[in-house]
Amino acid sequence: MNLRAIKAIYLFEMSRTMRTLAQSLISPVVSTILYFVVFGSAIGSRIQEIDGVGYGTFIVPGLIMLTVLTQSMSNASFGIYFPRFIGTIYEVLSAPISHLEVIVGYVGAAATKSTILGLIILITAGFFVDLQIAHPFYMFLFLILTSVTFSLFGFIIGIWADNFEKLQIIPLLVITPLTFLGGSFYSVSMLPPFWQTVTLFNPILYLVSGFRWSFFENADVSVGVSLSMIALFLMICVLIVWWIFKTGYRLKD
Amino acid sequence: MTSIINVSNLSKTYEGGFQALKSVNLEIKDGEIFALLGPNGAGKTTLISIICGLVNASEGSVTVGGFDIIRDYRQTRALIGLVPQELTTEAFETVRQNVSFTRGLFGKPKNPDLIEKILRDLSLWDKKDERIMNLSGGMKRRLLIAKALSHEPQILFLDEPTAGVDVELRKDMWNVVRDLQTSGVTIILTTHYIEEAEEMADRVGIITGGEIVLVEGKEALMNKLGSKQLTLDLLTPLEKIPESLIAHDLRLDNGGTNLVYTYDSKSDRTGITSLLNDLSANGVKFTDLKTNQSSLEDIFVDLVKQSS
Repeated sequence: MNLRAIKAIYLFEMSRTMRTLAQSLISPVVSTILYFVVFGSAIGSRIQEIDGVGYGTFIVPGLIMLTVLTQSMSNASFGIYFPRFIGTIYEVLSAPISHLEVIVGYVGAAATKSTILGLIILITAGFFVDLQIAHPFYMFLFLILTSVTFSLFGFIIGIWADNFEKLQIIPLLVITPLTFLGGSFYSVSMLPPFWQTVTLFNPILYLVSGFRWSFFENADVSVGVSLSMIALFLMICVLIVWWIFKTGYRLKD
Repeated sequence: MTSIINVSNLSKTYEGGFQALKSVNLEIKDGEIFALLGPNGAGKTTLISIICGLVNASEGSVTVGGFDIIRDYRQTRALIGLVPQELTTEAFETVRQNVSFTRGLFGKPKNPDLIEKILRDLSLWDKKDERIMNLSGGMKRRLLIAKALSHEPQILFLDEPTAGVDVELRKDMWNVVRDLQTSGVTIILTTHYIEEAEEMADRVGIITGGEIVLVEGKEALMNKLGSKQLTLDLLTPLEKIPESLIAHDLRLDNGGTNLVYTYDSKSDRTGITSLLNDLSANGVKFTDLKTNQSSLEDIFVDLVKQSS
């Protein structure tokens, strides 16, 4: 195990985050505040409680998930795409480092950043609404699992993309809609029965539902199902990455 | 000398169908400086990229220090330092950070003294805290060399190290290369500057169209360089070389209007006097004469032409 190489990549990526600290932190925090002002206060004041939770409070887990998902993906995809784009990837490829170690370095750094961001938004939210976390352990578990899974997914996008547009297209066209339609801002039980069924095919639903359960102990689907779905998605990402390195897809040709 | 790199039957066909390497066999000896010469697109970079792990081979195998580059990649890659052809560098990191990063990537513990020595040797110490994007092209080249040396490799690949480099840096670089060889490092450099190969290499390999067409010690090549040609423009063309002149190393050229004599310019007796005497005795008249030396360049151009 080349631990020094993992550390080198991890610290390299973290220092990139530190250099862009302001833009990394400020924009998610500002947009979260905007959500609270618009949804929480302006609209939320006219919405009755959902499952016994005030609307402003209800949307907190969804908001955190929204940021963690998008940040994990954009961070990890950029982290691996940029060295490919400027050519410095040669160094990583020529180093005595296994595929697993490369992934731990890049994905670990991206996941760390989005976990920190998730916590910052949680703290920010604490200034606007009264928050109680019923299961802190599970909250962290969901947060970290989601960060890791979607950083891994971002890593795959970063390898697949061969231009900057492709880097943006999946987060923009697929993930953001799925997040909005995955019950971030409402309970699925508020939907007509047909759309409730459709929503069950949205993987994001399981993340938001499980994460929300860790706060308020109410969920659209059971916690076990949520965790299984994340584990499943994580496994799929691991398999794709394994295939990428095995074949050298977009890296060694 | 024992061999440190063994390339056997190595082929590479890229996705688009372009065959960059055609069953290449090559042996690099421990501690030598090996120059790989070839025109653009000959397969030099592909060969290096496969040995270093940047490109997957289509067929064949490579061992480095007795280890297979696929199965024992950790051992082989730890032995190799690579200076790529393109100036591919980060932008925002500082010089020292970036060189230390490479050392870490290769699994070596921190060693600030060594990093300082490398940076000083390459005249980069003054720029140690400079962001890479502020460096000139020549400085970036030095940085790439410093990075490759940061993990104390046993083998150093220099892919076109002096392309677009000024005289001063070229000299610096050769000094570094010589020092490295003295300390036992094997160096493989690719170039299309023949003087560079002549100046530095122990052995020269010529690659063209994905095939290695010649591998020879530089001395042997220099001997070939020693041969000169005397060309005589004849007054009346000859159909064949007269019987009485057969003893001389002669050939007819240019439809019988030129008589070419090949001789060793370094030997004590070149045979020119006796040839000229024999020519006048046989009544062969000529209007002009010139001599020319075959350079490594000629040998190279000939070989490249032959194989294409």
